[in-house]
Amino acid sequence: MLTPEAIQEMKAAHRVLAEFNYTVPKVHRGYANQTLYVNVDTGHIESRPVTAEMKRIFVGGKGFGLWRLWHAVTPQTKWNDPENEIVIACGPLGGAILYPGTGKSLVVTISPLTQIVVDSNVGGYFGPLLKFAGWDALEIQGKADRDVIIFIDGDAGRVTIEEAPLEPINTWPLSDQLTAMYAKDEADRRNVSVISTGVGSEHTRIGCLNVSWYDPKRGKARVKQAGRGGIGTVFRDKKIKAVVVRYTGMKADSNDPADIQRIRRVGQRINKEIVELDDQQNRMRRVGTAHLVEIMNDYDLLPVHNFKYGSHPEVEKISSRVWEKLFTQTHPDACFYGCTMACSKGVDRFVLRTGPYAGQCVTVDGPEYETVAGCGSNLGIFNPADIIELNFYCDTYGLDTISFATLTAFIMECYEAGILDREKTGGLDLRFGNADAALELLHQMAEGRGFGLIAGMGVRAMKDYFVEHFGADRAFLNDIGMENKGMEYSEYVTKESLAQQGGYGMTNKGAQHDEAWLIFMDMVNNQIPTFEDKAEALHYFPMWRTWFGLNGLCKLPWNDIEPADNALTDEPAKVPEHVENYVALFSGITGQEVTKEDLILMSERVYNFQRVFNLRMGSGLRQHDAIPYRSAGPVTVEEYESRAERYDKQLREKVGIDPTGMTTQEKMAALRKYREAQYESLLDAVYARRGWTRNGVPTLETLRRLEIDFPEVVEVVKAHL
Amino acid sequence: MIRVNGQYEVEWRPGMTVQDVLDALKFSFRMIAVKVNGRPVLRRDFATTEVPDGADVQAIHMISGG
Repeated sequence: MLTPEAIQEMKAAHRVLAEFNYTVPKVHRGYANQTLYVNVDTGHIESRPVTAEMKRIFVGGKGFGLWRLWHAVTPQTKWNDPENEIVIACGPLGGAILYPGTGKSLVVTISPLTQIVVDSNVGGYFGPLLKFAGWDALEIQGKADRDVIIFIDGDAGRVTIEEAPLEPINTWPLSDQLTAMYAKDEADRRNVSVISTGVGSEHTRIGCLNVSWYDPKRGKARVKQAGRGGIGTVFRDKKIKAVVVRYTGMKADSNDPADIQRIRRVGQRINKEIVELDDQQNRMRRVGTAHLVEIMNDYDLLPVHNFKYGSHPEVEKISSRVWEKLFTQTHPDACFYGCTMACSKGVDRFVLRTGPYAGQCVTVDGPEYETVAGCGSNLGIFNPADIIELNFYCDTYGLDTISFATLTAFIMECYEAGILDREKTGGLDLRFGNADAALELLHQMAEGRGFGLIAGMGVRAMKDYFVEHFGADRAFLNDIGMENKGMEYSEYVTKESLAQQGGYGMTNKGAQHDEAWLIFMDMVNNQIPTFEDKAEALHYFPMWRTWFGLNGLCKLPWNDIEPADNALTDEPAKVPEHVENYVALFSGITGQEVTKEDLILMSERVYNFQRVFNLRMGSGLRQHDAIPYRSAGPVTVEEYESRAERYDKQLREKVGIDPTGMTTQEKMAALRKYREAQYESLLDAVYARRGWTRNGVPTLETLRRLEIDFPEVVEVVKAHL
Repeated sequence: MIRVNGQYEVEWRPGMTVQDVLDALKFSFRMIAVKVNGRPVLRRDFATTEVPDGADVQAIHMISGG
């Protein structure tokens, strides 16, 4: 499939449908100062200016994406309307290769799962190459009437929309094929990045984007995922097979930084830390985020059987000790130039046993923690080979491993609870632990057949379907269906951390942990015991983490490595030295002297704007921050009784009830009443801290303070005051 | 008895070290900052630093992952 003849045949079938020539600007202080608009329906391509005001208020990355999307859609726009856009952006600090983790692309669109804006970040080279090719962001609008590839040639200054009839849809082998096709030669492959998805995106609402980088050691295109929210589904709805960017010449000063020595200093400091300390700390360079598997198990946080439990006796079979042996360890494995964290792991020479590629030997990117926990323990699967196979096919089909895992866990619980049976699933015995059934479900989802068509709608839609067609109890499904705003939960058990319940429930896009991960601070450290403490954490950390998404940065070098003396600082959870690094990085590149408080202000503007965007799309109120009870407490008798000592103690000490003589159901009801009231009190505290009304709406005063009181924003908010 | 993070209790025994206390609670995470009665203990000293009976221990887990 990768022979020169095959590539040539596919290329020869391309027909240029639209073309746009431009002069490649020199990036200045981190910005190209223009964005690219491409309409795949009309063929219209244009350059749009980036104004000083746009940079001041929205910074870049997700901020630019939201601003462009706001102007593209209306409150009535649905995910599959032509006016919906996919906006992909880097950020002013993206491509600053002297510092680790500067290769992120931020993607936004109206999500098929949530019907509101989803944002997702992804590694690989695309974002920085796009910027150095002359574009701070790429807006894609319209729906093509045939399969197309968008090619941005930053060397020639040319953008084309090309009809591409012969290439396969699936990321594997498409990424490799297009990397070879659009590179001038073998050495040039490092200058090419491909965005693709797979056939799963055509038949489900959980499609992801795969963003590539070329790995010269393996001689292959590797991929990272913009996984959450069904962006791949929108991509294929527009009949896009791929977006390809090429740019030659990325180097340390490509951003034209104001003070490169300042960047070099902080870069050297953190690179030294990573090299010297990672082996003692998280071992990201050895096992990536998979180091968390056994740790989460030890703290009762690893999702098991649809988040019922937080640990499992077989966890050692899927622990980081196992992954360390399975991952190729012969060379550093980074998803972007210059990243010493190098946490992109891969399993090489893996022979597939199912599906359309059965028998083929492939390289599998990952699995990362979320995939191990989701496709492993949460499904009751403890065979690493099964997890790797699920990982490969999710990526290749363009399906988000997190949503796939959480929705399959939901199905498995429904199956074991008798809501589903073999007849309803078309013969699939979807019990926990049945890897063959999970794999078959995945293939069905990708191919749009059988029960896979129902599963691919996601947890929220399945709840409606099971009530309507199978007579299921809606209240029970609402309790166990792990979604918020329509997005499936990522893979942490939150029952014992009220702050993290809020960290999921109040997230702008739905139940993803990238805004806040507070479980240790809250549950283990007992550092934020009061509602006010929790509210402060649920203000600071979401704002801090949002900032990475404005700038094209990866969050991992912030706190998955720490200075040796971090524990001795006043606020170790914030990693103060690394915050200083980011202040230096932003100031050194853009030439704007900023403080750490300024960084938070940047995020507050965009974060609140996104909340208003949700309001505009019919969400964004208190009712939309509700969480399934499974994330707050035990839903079933066996769940309560598995941790009866803990819950009984809480009834005594926190609720003030003596559980002696009470039935399990009575105890569950009492605990539930308490915990649900706690969550409501948390919402009150957080909304107040963020400057929102009790209904979760940013006040006009907040909008004015943040200088986002544009007339159209105020108009949206006023309707809810 | 040793009190940890103001919420956990560990039965004290003679010669008990910081590492023993962490093990008793299954605190397996590597990035933990420990103070015993307000005094910081470096990670390299966890296995050799004894914890007195009645001590107030802080075992602050840094945020990671996610």
